[in-house]
Amino acid sequence: MENVKSIRFKLVDILYILGAIVPFVMVMALKIILNVPGESISDNIAGAMIYFQIPMPLQNLPITEAQVNSVAVIVSIFFLCLYFTHGLSVKANLKRQLIAEWIVKTTQGLVETNMGSFFKGYAPFIAAIMGISAFSSLMALLGVFAPTSDINIVAGWAILTFALITYYKLKGGVFNYLKGFLEPIFVMAPLNVLGEVATPVSMAFRHYGNVLSGSVISVLIAAALQGVSSIVLGWLPGFLGDIPFLQIGLPAVLSVYFDIFSGCMQAYIFAMLTMLNISGNFPQEEYEKRLLKKQAKKAKKIKNI
Amino acid sequence: MALAIGIILGCCALGAGICMGIGAVGPGIGEGNAVSKACEAIGRQPEAKGDVTSTMIMGCAIAETTGIYSLVVAILLIFVAPSTFIGILEKTVKTLSESGIKL
Repeated sequence: MENVKSIRFKLVDILYILGAIVPFVMVMALKIILNVPGESISDNIAGAMIYFQIPMPLQNLPITEAQVNSVAVIVSIFFLCLYFTHGLSVKANLKRQLIAEWIVKTTQGLVETNMGSFFKGYAPFIAAIMGISAFSSLMALLGVFAPTSDINIVAGWAILTFALITYYKLKGGVFNYLKGFLEPIFVMAPLNVLGEVATPVSMAFRHYGNVLSGSVISVLIAAALQGVSSIVLGWLPGFLGDIPFLQIGLPAVLSVYFDIFSGCMQAYIFAMLTMLNISGNFPQEEYEKRLLKKQAKKAKKIKNI
Repeated sequence: MALAIGIILGCCALGAGICMGIGAVGPGIGEGNAVSKACEAIGRQPEAKGDVTSTMIMGCAIAETTGIYSLVVAILLIFVAPSTFIGILEKTVKTLSESGIKL
């Protein structure tokens, strides 16, 4: 076991903390270097900035602010996990081990109560989705573009969930999966296909719309406060008239709701919907029936040999 | 041409306002219902407060979906649609004048 008090341990600790903080600093620096602040309101609400484009055969692949920021979030969470699990021992002698244990226990409990014991192994996946979503939404507090207010990022997660749902549906047999589209009668087939596609679409739109509406309202209110303060103080000479004194404080109160509460809430809801969709669409009985059949076949084969 | 562009811009703004205004009614009523029922449930069974609250928040999030759709449509109407529609208009005018039809 490593000595907790040794200099080497502390150096590695500092490295991990730096690894968790540096991506955010780099993203902020990139924003300051490359961004030209817009004059009108609509410039501030415009989507993610395109940093550069990679030439591709069909169409140029744009690397946007949202992609860069989400990669920064992933790197930061990676180093945070390393930090929290550094120096684990059977008898916890570090505070961070208690935090790590609490996170693991909570997600495992959540997954087991919502998905059942068959999906016990999904705790890391759910925790990862929750962590990335929450950190991405909270990035708006740093003044940079939150990756979750770009639909492409959230749609990626939703498509991942859709693939998992389809995979677990197919576990009940391909024939049963296709037959499910024809229920209750065959006329309903187009509607059933539409309903299948609607799940990832609605998940993506829900997360993206909630975060985006918060940022749009924040920008509108900031602009309105600037206008009001220029009316109140506009008659003063020189730079005194330009001070947007009403912008101090009030946007921060709104940010508590729109960025912190709404961001964490959406992360929880996205993870919850992922769990419910995956486990709710899984045909447990058919899967068990098939499993029994397969085992019987195998046993027969072995007997014949 | 200027008149046509003005009509397009005005209709986009009007459409966004109507979309958001009508689209917000449904989720508002639905969420109000959900919260009132949750309050009743907590009043009847105060010990189940945690479960009721988390279920209510999930339900609210799902009821909100239609409102979010209308929000997305409104944002598209304000920021994306005008330039697209004006582009279509200019293209049509160009092809019409090339084929000899006078407007």
